[in-house]
Amino acid sequence: MPSPFDEMYRPDGQPRPEYAFLADWLKSAGAETLERRRAEAELLFRRIGITFAVYSADDGEERLIPFDIIPRIFNQAEWRQLSAGLEQRVTALNRFLADIYGPAEILKAGVVPAELIYCNPHFRPEMVGLALPHDVHVHVAGIDIVRTGPDEFYVLEDNVRTPSGVSYMLENREVMMRLFPDHFAVNRIAPVETYPDELLAALVSAAPGRAAREPTVALLTPGPFNSAYYEHSFLADKVGIELVEGRDLFVRDDVVFMRTTEGPRRVDVIYRRIDDDFLDPLVFRPDSLLGVPGLMAAYRAGNVTLANSVGTGVADDKAVYTYVPDIIRFYLGEEPLLKNVPTWRCREPDALAHVLDHLDELVVKEVAGSGGYGMLVGPAATAAEREAFAARLKADPEDFIAQPTLALSASPTFAESGIGLRHVDLRPFVLVGADGVRIVPGGLTRVALREGSLVVNSSQGGGTKDTWVLDA
Amino acid sequence: MLSRTADSLFWLARYLERADNTARIVDAASRLAATPDSYAGGSNEWESALAAAGALGAFVATGRQPDRDTAIDFLAFSADNPSSIKSCLQTARHNARAERAALTTDMWQAINTGWLDLRRFDGARMDRQTLNRFLDAVKEACLRFDGSAYRTMLRSDNFFFLKLGVYLERADSTARILDVKYHLLLPEGARVGGGLDYYQWASILRSVSSVTAYRWVYHDSLRPWHIADLLILNEKMPRSLANCYDNLADTLDDLSQAYGTQGPAQRVARSVFSRLRNTEISEIFQKHGLHEFLTDFIKDNGRLGTAIRDQYLA
Repeated sequence: MPSPFDEMYRPDGQPRPEYAFLADWLKSAGAETLERRRAEAELLFRRIGITFAVYSADDGEERLIPFDIIPRIFNQAEWRQLSAGLEQRVTALNRFLADIYGPAEILKAGVVPAELIYCNPHFRPEMVGLALPHDVHVHVAGIDIVRTGPDEFYVLEDNVRTPSGVSYMLENREVMMRLFPDHFAVNRIAPVETYPDELLAALVSAAPGRAAREPTVALLTPGPFNSAYYEHSFLADKVGIELVEGRDLFVRDDVVFMRTTEGPRRVDVIYRRIDDDFLDPLVFRPDSLLGVPGLMAAYRAGNVTLANSVGTGVADDKAVYTYVPDIIRFYLGEEPLLKNVPTWRCREPDALAHVLDHLDELVVKEVAGSGGYGMLVGPAATAAEREAFAARLKADPEDFIAQPTLALSASPTFAESGIGLRHVDLRPFVLVGADGVRIVPGGLTRVALREGSLVVNSSQGGGTKDTWVLDA
Repeated sequence: MLSRTADSLFWLARYLERADNTARIVDAASRLAATPDSYAGGSNEWESALAAAGALGAFVATGRQPDRDTAIDFLAFSADNPSSIKSCLQTARHNARAERAALTTDMWQAINTGWLDLRRFDGARMDRQTLNRFLDAVKEACLRFDGSAYRTMLRSDNFFFLKLGVYLERADSTARILDVKYHLLLPEGARVGGGLDYYQWASILRSVSSVTAYRWVYHDSLRPWHIADLLILNEKMPRSLANCYDNLADTLDDLSQAYGTQGPAQRVARSVFSRLRNTEISEIFQKHGLHEFLTDFIKDNGRLGTAIRDQYLA
């Protein structure tokens, strides 16, 4: 594999301009200072971010996702390129969802195979023909981006169901500002702490037309046992909305109310962080205790906005992913600004043959899988593992896609052994309201802390970094 | 605010108060049990302690005999007893965790740290010193939580529901402690005098941490009617029924002001409080009978709990 793109230094050994001051600082600071700052960061996370620990395991042990004190930096030009691409992509995905639950033009035109949609487990027939307020299906998206060169950005994955991680973006910045006030004094770093306001504005703008002038917004969580509960509670608190569980809500005459100490109060917008399956036991899983009976009826009656809408999972499916560039061209008549990772759809015989021939170079993923399960990393697998996987591929080719192993960009990271290059990705968050798209300049940078590792997931030794977008 | 949040806070406060009360009962019983048999009068102190903590029925159902080890285990550590000190703290912490955003950081830290510390104690065959350390740690955690609430919390409905939980639970606890020993407080008991009664009376006061307060109020040696007066009618005594109802009525007034409406909860609290206020201790002994008075009080207190639940928490 070629050596990865270095986020900080150019091949000639000079730092990129946006990193110049950081390079100087790292040189002058010395290992001892770095170590001290890292310890301070951990202390701060435990103290101001004490809630990180709160919502981990019930045994009360404090668990922190490792945080790297060396930030990841984008210049204005890079960020403009990225955010234009993100806006374009999420806009197209919203048009796509409105279309497939509406007139289904894209299927009639044969751009996306109909069976890919109608046989998709995330497709919700209950949504067909339902006009949503302002046609917005996806109000909050998290788009995973990797980089391989100065201008080479690829979308690895779209998350348009209930993407998480934004609390880390906010907490990381908070900690960095406390640790390195000087960095923030000499650099014009675009703020991210407007995110809660932007989120509220997007949600309020998406309220049903008949809602009160100041609509009531609530965040619906599965409850304290959910692994993302900390984030739910954190966001509700920052945004200033109630954090509700299913049992706090009830539906009467197709209107949603929450039970308060002052009696029932009407709810207009629900930022739901629970999956479709659990939303309403009358429509989806009857055994769900997390949802609200009658919620879908209220939704269909146009009395409440769900953010995100129901059935959006059909747009972030791995098989549909491969069609997103075509989806952008179809609805917007534009070339995609952000590329997809080249992907072989094993459902197509030519692609399958290519994949089987090159198993040792490719990553093969299950279409329905997530979180790194059910996948084969060709270069790292044994011959026997590849053979076994080939058999599964031949049996059910439509269940798989394959991608090359990318040389992910790497960022200087303060690891156990000192500063070293570690692979990173980026999850920016895109908000869509009735009044347009909002993107807070920044995102969550995840870093694979183990040397050479490409896996950035926190469950597998991944950490996070603050992400800076320089204003000028 | 959400009814569920109010309910969690109300029960968080009740469970912490219950843990604290039970710790004091165990402490008092364990001191009394350490006095010579002739003084303890052969009574089973541990059975009384279980009754005072409202746990005798559940204990009997386990089929065990009440002695020092079984009673301490059941009251302080047993996971089978939902009102054991450990279970109370666990439930309280669970509620706190679920309503983290409704608490201040100091309050959360008080309860989380307290729980982490107490988790290290193991109930099996605990010696007297370790038991003391455990009981002190329980009291300290509760004090720290109350203090943090007092010093850091906004005086809004969150705070009011916590207060309602504290005083409703405390009133119940004080009434039960008195009722278990009511026979020792009857006027004819006073004539018996002697070491036995002295130790028993001191023990009642000790289980509500009021030995010193008694001396300041009455300037007299321990007399049963004073003890009853202090714990039932003295509004200045922070664990007395009258003080609890002073606070309950006040807090419910605060809530009705904040919400602009009032209901059955306000009425029940005010009527119980005015009855306590307009009663003399002699009347209680002569007209009602102490046991009957306390039994009625415990029922009324339960009614107030139901009224609060129906009005705000359901």
